[in-house]
Amino acid sequence: MSVKWETINLGDSIPELIKQPDLTQLVKFAAGNGDFNPLHHDYKYIACEYLGSVLVQGHYRYAVLGEMVMNWLGHQQVAKVKNISCQHRGMDFPGAEIICKGLVAKKYKDGDNKFVDLSIWTETSDGKQNSPGKATIQFA
Amino acid sequence: MADHFEITDEMKAKIGKESPPWFFEVTTTGVRAFARGAGITDRVYYDEEAAKQAGYRSLPAPLTYHGTPVFIPGESDETFSMPLNADVTVEHGLPNTIDGGKETEYFEQICAGDTLTCISQLKALDIKVTGSGNHMLVTTIQFAFTNQHGKVAVIERLKVINH
Repeated sequence: MSVKWETINLGDSIPELIKQPDLTQLVKFAAGNGDFNPLHHDYKYIACEYLGSVLVQGHYRYAVLGEMVMNWLGHQQVAKVKNISCQHRGMDFPGAEIICKGLVAKKYKDGDNKFVDLSIWTETSDGKQNSPGKATIQFA
Repeated sequence: MADHFEITDEMKAKIGKESPPWFFEVTTTGVRAFARGAGITDRVYYDEEAAKQAGYRSLPAPLTYHGTPVFIPGESDETFSMPLNADVTVEHGLPNTIDGGKETEYFEQICAGDTLTCISQLKALDIKVTGSGNHMLVTTIQFAFTNQHGKVAVIERLKVINH
């Protein structure tokens, strides 16, 4: 999908992205990310024994929010992500759904430049928002 | 959880402290591994021909990926893979660590073939008090990545919460 500035409206939702990483996926992410914190793969790690599980990496959630944004934006030379951010407010566990959502929060011009701000977040299957964030896209 | 935590003058004196430069390599293998790890299926991150047809020099780095830090045994952290001397955090004695989130600002496209030089910097130390009165230390670290052409490619700010 490659969205065009002219077709974007305030309040538009962007297509959801649903992930359901298992433990093996978290191991693949650790290998790709270089973060081998046992919190994310070792059930015997003291914090995991206390929590009853390993946790999905915060960066995994960040990365899949980025994937959702790029799936909507498409690879176009006239539109670039200038800024993306998220906070982590809750825990996700392997095997559970992570639902990435977003909507157009602002559409504006600054001089000759055109921008869209997205409100983006991850949700659990029961609606808990664990990683709220935003992204700014600049259109040429 | 700590019911009281104080940021000492010694800690405050380290705000602004920068690391020596450390290096990230953006390779086709690394881009594919990160994309695979996140379960990204877009072919542009795996297939160089697809990447070029999409207008990229080579495989583009997925959002939030800025290459892989150069790892050298004995000189790099075994868990987090960064050089030991790139750590700009303060000694605080709090046992637990939470990823508080990141903000990433992009200035240049990052693709396989790029080499990024990173300077990490301690930007801020703050105390956050929870509703139940527990004190948490919030450390803000900035990572500034410059590419092989001397241009700032990415600036990222990470919040680490210790309690």
